[in-house]
Amino acid sequence: MKSGKKSSGHHLSPGRIAALIRKESLQAVRDPSTLLIAFVLPVVLLFLFAYAVSLDIRKVPIAVVLEADTEAGQSLAAAFAASRYFTVQPARDRREVAGELTAGRLKGYVVIPQDFERRIASGQRGPWVQIITDGSEPNRATFVAGYAQGVVKNWLEMRGLAPPSAVDVRSRVWFNPELESRRILVPGAIAIIMTLIGTLLTALVVAREWERGTMEALFSTPARVAEILIGKMLPYFVLGLLATLGSTVLALTVFDVPLRGSWGALLLLSAVFMMPALGQGLVISVLAKNQFIACQFALFTGFMPAFLLSGFLFEIESMPVVIRAMTYAVPARYFVAALQTVFLAGDVWPVLLPSIAAMLAIGAVFFAIARVKLRRSLDR
Amino acid sequence: MNLLSWRWPRIFNTGLRAQIIKELLLTLRDRQARIFLTVSPLMQLLLFTFSATLEVQNATVVVHNQDTGRWSQELMADLSAARFVGEMRTVAGNSDLHDAIQDREALLAIVIPPDFSRQVAAGQPAPLQVIIDGRRANAGQVAMGYIETIASRFGTRYLPPSQQPPEMIAVRHWFNPNLIFIWFIVPSLVGTMAMLVPLMVASMSIARERELGTFDQLLVSPTTPTEIIIAKALPAMAIGSVLGLVMVGAGVFGFGVPFHGSVLALGFATMLFIMSVVGLGLMISSICATQQQAMLGTFATTVPMILLSGFATPIENMPEILQRVAEAIPAKHYLIILQGSFLKAIPLAEIWHNAWPLAVIAVVTLVVAVGLVKSRLQ
Repeated sequence: MKSGKKSSGHHLSPGRIAALIRKESLQAVRDPSTLLIAFVLPVVLLFLFAYAVSLDIRKVPIAVVLEADTEAGQSLAAAFAASRYFTVQPARDRREVAGELTAGRLKGYVVIPQDFERRIASGQRGPWVQIITDGSEPNRATFVAGYAQGVVKNWLEMRGLAPPSAVDVRSRVWFNPELESRRILVPGAIAIIMTLIGTLLTALVVAREWERGTMEALFSTPARVAEILIGKMLPYFVLGLLATLGSTVLALTVFDVPLRGSWGALLLLSAVFMMPALGQGLVISVLAKNQFIACQFALFTGFMPAFLLSGFLFEIESMPVVIRAMTYAVPARYFVAALQTVFLAGDVWPVLLPSIAAMLAIGAVFFAIARVKLRRSLDR
Repeated sequence: MNLLSWRWPRIFNTGLRAQIIKELLLTLRDRQARIFLTVSPLMQLLLFTFSATLEVQNATVVVHNQDTGRWSQELMADLSAARFVGEMRTVAGNSDLHDAIQDREALLAIVIPPDFSRQVAAGQPAPLQVIIDGRRANAGQVAMGYIETIASRFGTRYLPPSQQPPEMIAVRHWFNPNLIFIWFIVPSLVGTMAMLVPLMVASMSIARERELGTFDQLLVSPTTPTEIIIAKALPAMAIGSVLGLVMVGAGVFGFGVPFHGSVLALGFATMLFIMSVVGLGLMISSICATQQQAMLGTFATTVPMILLSGFATPIENMPEILQRVAEAIPAKHYLIILQGSFLKAIPLAEIWHNAWPLAVIAVVTLVVAVGLVKSRLQ
């Protein structure tokens, strides 16, 4: 590559770069699927993450089986009905509701036995109340059991039937006192959107050019490799930043997410994240050179890890050691943590700076790989 | 090709047979493509099974112990022995505690007030302050549940047996008594992964021909739009169904998830599911002019479908209108059937209850796809 017309002019030519950027931008804007991914899908994703994806426990459908109409039993059943965590279906017999549990329409049931009043009056051993959960969803089963026990314990304490607990645990949630999962998920969703634009879209667009041979045609022009790459990447870089800006405005105005840090930090982070995202897209396109493969590659190495291994939905600390080690190579991991911090906590530089350094390092590795592979494939 | 001389049912005329075989070969021809259709879903199943956990483990907890008595030491011993705690660090003051949370070093911070031991000894409820990092509120809440369990046991641990309060509440978890998380995540992932491949294959099929221009040739040939759709649908269905069953097998034999349901009923439901997914893919494919549009279009429908299917989060938490939308999503119904078949020995009536919507979706999408191809003819 150092020979022939490629070496003419050691400096990048602003004129050529401008022309290339113009060409690429027009190409990007003309394709309806680009606009779908850059502007429509982000809105849909933000909306879904704000309203559809919620791990909060409220209104879980359970049944309360009241085997006998005693005063105490009715009072406890009323305590369940009043709980905001449950939607209660009253029942008389556990056989009525067992099938519903198997069908998944109920997530658990509470049995207040026939001799409930007698048992609590005599302080008799053996369980006074039975709680059955649908263990096929372990996380919810844990919550249902926990909250149901809480309802029963409160009721017993109120009636003076149980001693107050020795330790009174009080929790405070910093940065998100109302426990709105939306406020955590919307910043995370921005990271996913940026991954899509940076990695998936770029990988597809460049792979298509390889598939059609227009990439080789570009390289045979006097334009230098760096100029071509800048021309290719810059429009998607700008598209990514525009999508972040749009998403942030939506997050602040519609989804009621606070921005406690600064716009400057937010934009800096987004710009830095585009480096590994675009670099990954470029590497994928050079390796695959075929749209179908590039798409699969981008989904399985870009989107899925950003979704599952970034700490966005699932705690990284809880993963097995091997997978935890893999998450360090996922750029979204740093971006999600940094975005959640900028939105909810503020410009906490001890969190942001290491994240920025890590993203830049991963980006540098991707561009280095792309350079080597590109040179090799052009020499062939 | 001896596939051609194979005894086909009579409705498949020679032209249709040739087309079906051509589609199948075209999809499986490329080595990279074969890997993505076979090895990659299984690798992802393995990777995501172990990463997609909602349990909390190995969490870092900081403790600011202002109490000098015995009981706070006992409590700290209990906490550091808990399975969810990976590292427990003591801090000297409030500013260290503040920094540990703010800098994301710790998920939780616990403050034990100065008179903790005195109050425990006096039999009064001793306050314990737990601070949760709201950026990780979900994990924080789960961990909070663990702490409450520890705290509720704490008071009774040192009482003599005669004074132990009676066991008031019995909890039983059906279908998965020990709440093994893998038993939940494997069936969900199997359903989701089994959806992706046939959807992608189907959505590429027509768009690729349109991009290359061969679709017009197909339209001017004697093949009818219905035959075109059949020829495109069957290979994708075959690949999808085989993959789906292999994944179910991997769940049972590889991950040891118990399977209590009917293999036959699940196989039937899987066919319907794959058919509805393929219908959806062909519908997308017949709208799109290029492969890129088809892929991005598929992607733009897949992500919302996964989110609304109840895979990651419960459907009843969603607003009413989105719950209605979820009814039109094949994966929502199939995941209920899958989870029911694995863990619950779901009755046939329940399988049918969730299978007929799949059949409806399949018929509607396939008919629409035929219609869209027909409209190209005019």
